[in-house]
Amino acid sequence: MKMKTWISAGLPVLAATALVAAAAFAQDAAVAPPDAVAAGPSIDKADTTWMLLSTFLVLMMSVPGLALFYGGLVRQKNFLSVIAQVFYSVAVVTIIWFAYGYSLAFTGGSSFVGGFSKAFLSGVGLESLGGTFSVGVAIPELVFVLFQLTFAAITPALIVGAFAERVKFSAVVLFIPLWVTFIYFPMAHMVWYWAGPDAVDAAAKALAAATDPAAKEAAQAALDAVLADTGYIFSLGAIDFAGGTVVHINAGIAGLVGALIVGKRTGYGKELMPPHSLPMALIGTALLWVGWFGFNAGSNLEAAPLTVLASLNTFVAPAAAALSWMFAEWLVKGKPSLLGIASGVVAGLVAVTPAAGFAGPGGSIVLGLVTGVICFIFCTSIKNAIGYDDSLDVFGVHCVGGIVGAIATGILVNPALGGTGIYDYVTGAVAEYSLSGQVTAQVKAVLITVIWSGVGSAIIYKIVDVIVGLRPSVEREREGLDITDHGERAYHS
Amino acid sequence: MKIVMAIIKPFKLEEVRDALTGIGVHGLTVTEVKGYGRQKGHTEIYRGAEYAVSFLPKLKIEVAVASDQVTKVIDAISTSAKTGQIGDGKIFVYAIDQAVRIRTGETDIDAL
Repeated sequence: MKMKTWISAGLPVLAATALVAAAAFAQDAAVAPPDAVAAGPSIDKADTTWMLLSTFLVLMMSVPGLALFYGGLVRQKNFLSVIAQVFYSVAVVTIIWFAYGYSLAFTGGSSFVGGFSKAFLSGVGLESLGGTFSVGVAIPELVFVLFQLTFAAITPALIVGAFAERVKFSAVVLFIPLWVTFIYFPMAHMVWYWAGPDAVDAAAKALAAATDPAAKEAAQAALDAVLADTGYIFSLGAIDFAGGTVVHINAGIAGLVGALIVGKRTGYGKELMPPHSLPMALIGTALLWVGWFGFNAGSNLEAAPLTVLASLNTFVAPAAAALSWMFAEWLVKGKPSLLGIASGVVAGLVAVTPAAGFAGPGGSIVLGLVTGVICFIFCTSIKNAIGYDDSLDVFGVHCVGGIVGAIATGILVNPALGGTGIYDYVTGAVAEYSLSGQVTAQVKAVLITVIWSGVGSAIIYKIVDVIVGLRPSVEREREGLDITDHGERAYHS
Repeated sequence: MKIVMAIIKPFKLEEVRDALTGIGVHGLTVTEVKGYGRQKGHTEIYRGAEYAVSFLPKLKIEVAVASDQVTKVIDAISTSAKTGQIGDGKIFVYAIDQAVRIRTGETDIDAL
């Protein structure tokens, strides 16, 4: 019965699709001069499907991926508390994103933060179009809203790993809304907000079409206005494909500042604090890796050849980093640990995030190899030498790996090294590559992120400390946050 | 009546049980324990954190037997639990004042 219904409903659809395809083919075949048809950007169902799928994949990275990765690495008595914090982050940021987060991140305003014109998704309807990176290709704006939501939701969840096992849940409940509002949304705006390819392309074509000097001047002014309608870091020429600065450096430095302000766990350095379940952490790592294809390849905003390149890079960089961390640990510590391999995977994924759609696969492999060793050294030697207690190495993996990736992106984007180059929508071609220029822009982006997030987060921690207090009492910390904060325990035996 | 208590390596439990069954001992209590002796511990490394783990997992077995059985039981356990490596464990014997089988109310040697 159901089958019959499907066939009877499906056949006309198939027929209609065939007709449309034929019509499209005819259009292609017709030798029409370009720009003869001033058609607006069109929505492709495959792009929409891919973006929805990517959105769900990134949600899978946070709950359950990050929750289990972090949860497995803490002691049994704090397992639920870490998972609760990750879940809370996703839930509260989802509501804030709808209320004003999307608007602050992705509407014009200043070059540092957007405005409230799309608060409560005002004016974002089923018909609203969102730009991609191709002229004339759009996706529903709503899917862009959802996709970007998952990034905003996972970033503060990354931070909680740095002060895991010793911060009150009420402090996290207050910290996360403040942090996304004052740190994340402006960062996302500064790095990713721009007028979009269609606006730039249209303004550039208008300039080319202008004939008399007055019209040329007006068109040039219009183009300049479109080009100026960007976030500050974007305007510096820094590139960040999927969030090396916005997500990883941002969360990593906020984590370090948190670990320093909150202080070490009671008994740190004297008592055993081994991970309570490495299998759980490994399940989390695996979910992170698979989900990261949504994160990186989804960041192309359409299903195109570049999406496949981003996927390829998301395969090879973590693989290379897993191997380099594993062999480095084997050489230095005597044994290749599973946690080392898993940490290498995450470090490689972090590093390739800004580079995913800019580097070639060879460049990504080198990036992975280098990052695995650097993050290994950082998490095993430098952290101990400095003596801060970053419980789950949020700084050592996300910030350090993110900085390596962000700067390397400026090198690996070079077409001579197999990179894609940077497309200039004004000229409609890949721009001339300048090593010093690009690396300088990348370094500036890193510095701005570190300062913005580092200083801003410090202020927010202090505010939270004054209002609700960051740390539980030593007795409650010793008892474990699962019982004292949440009144439940993970295992009964 | 005596209790023969032995600390053994966990993977030796089945062999010890077989050996005891072979000499007619039909009851055994096993407890998972941790401890250290001459074997010391080992080092565990989780990223940068190195832990000296001094307490190793062992099994404690307890057998209640008639006094004339004790030598046979000690022989059975020490033969079956032995690997020759450090950390094989120890055997302790101590006296029982009283024994009762809860189901029947039998006492002492009849309760074993």
